[in-house]
Amino acid sequence: MSIQPATLLPAAEPFRLGNHTFASRLIVGTGKYADYAVMAESLEASGAECITVAVRRERLIDSQGRNLLDFIDTSRYVLLPNTAGCFTADDAVRVARLGRDLLQGLENPGADWVKLEVLGDKKTLLPDPVATLAATENLVADGFQVLCYTTDDPITARRLKEAGATSVMPAGSPIGSGQGILNPNNIRICLEYLKDDDPDYPVIVDAGVGTASDVTIAMELGVDGVLLNTGIAHAADPVRMARAMKLATESGRLAYLSGRIPKRLYATASSPEEGTIAPLRPR
Amino acid sequence: MQIIVNGSPREAPAKITVAALLAELAVEPRYVAVEVNQELVPRARHRDWPLAEGDRLEVVTLVGGG
Repeated sequence: MSIQPATLLPAAEPFRLGNHTFASRLIVGTGKYADYAVMAESLEASGAECITVAVRRERLIDSQGRNLLDFIDTSRYVLLPNTAGCFTADDAVRVARLGRDLLQGLENPGADWVKLEVLGDKKTLLPDPVATLAATENLVADGFQVLCYTTDDPITARRLKEAGATSVMPAGSPIGSGQGILNPNNIRICLEYLKDDDPDYPVIVDAGVGTASDVTIAMELGVDGVLLNTGIAHAADPVRMARAMKLATESGRLAYLSGRIPKRLYATASSPEEGTIAPLRPR
Repeated sequence: MQIIVNGSPREAPAKITVAALLAELAVEPRYVAVEVNQELVPRARHRDWPLAEGDRLEVVTLVGGG
């Protein structure tokens, strides 16, 4: 048996997300970093090719005049603008259009898509499913590829896909909470419903990931990618954590494709049971 | 005339275009997108979009986010 180079192993299969294709299955955010230099280094260490950004009012009186865009090589990353902070479908649609216009100005390939967030309240930052569905329909009709942040509710996930979402992105746990995948069974059902007769439909765990093992658990469930921000940005050493998240994404994907052993109550010996030497006679 | 830019009132010459206002605000036009009265003004139209008394503008840019 010959050993295949790693590049030929199935984990190297490209990640197709709408009309974009990536080698990395990790999407990272650009928020909450202590400074832009640490952010840029963390993005690099994460191996991500797609990064999320937010749309906010220009601070017209900022004497420093520094802009996020001065610290991101927009020819290298596909930007994914979000509608974070929107609490109505109408506001989310407005922000999506502003983001598209910005990315068109930058000639970035991310101009054709949006990470849709329509939030229900400020305490939980959980999505408003009714408003998210309405905004999805509206944005799909306007030509957007819509990547939907949603809860792990399989019925909502199915409705969003039916509305034309390019990807459904259930939260593992609330945004920034670092609680990991609270209900893996719901993620499993989401995967079953969304991929049943459409195995290539992309499903991404978005939010709640606190550390590398959370990413691996998500990937082992069979999701196509993970989107995270705070887990890296607020780690004590963001650059090192970014690398951990990259490796965790790859490990989880490889383990998923490899087919794990079933869990059993009792042990099964790894070494042969025959041929052991005669035990000492009891004295 | 008076217009409202990002929530603050501002004096501007009558019929100033979006592009001329951005120049007055000293922002890099490539880094911003503009709404007037809650409708996007596509960047290709900034040069020929005259503003009117009382117009409410949102001038936005990209910031870090998740």
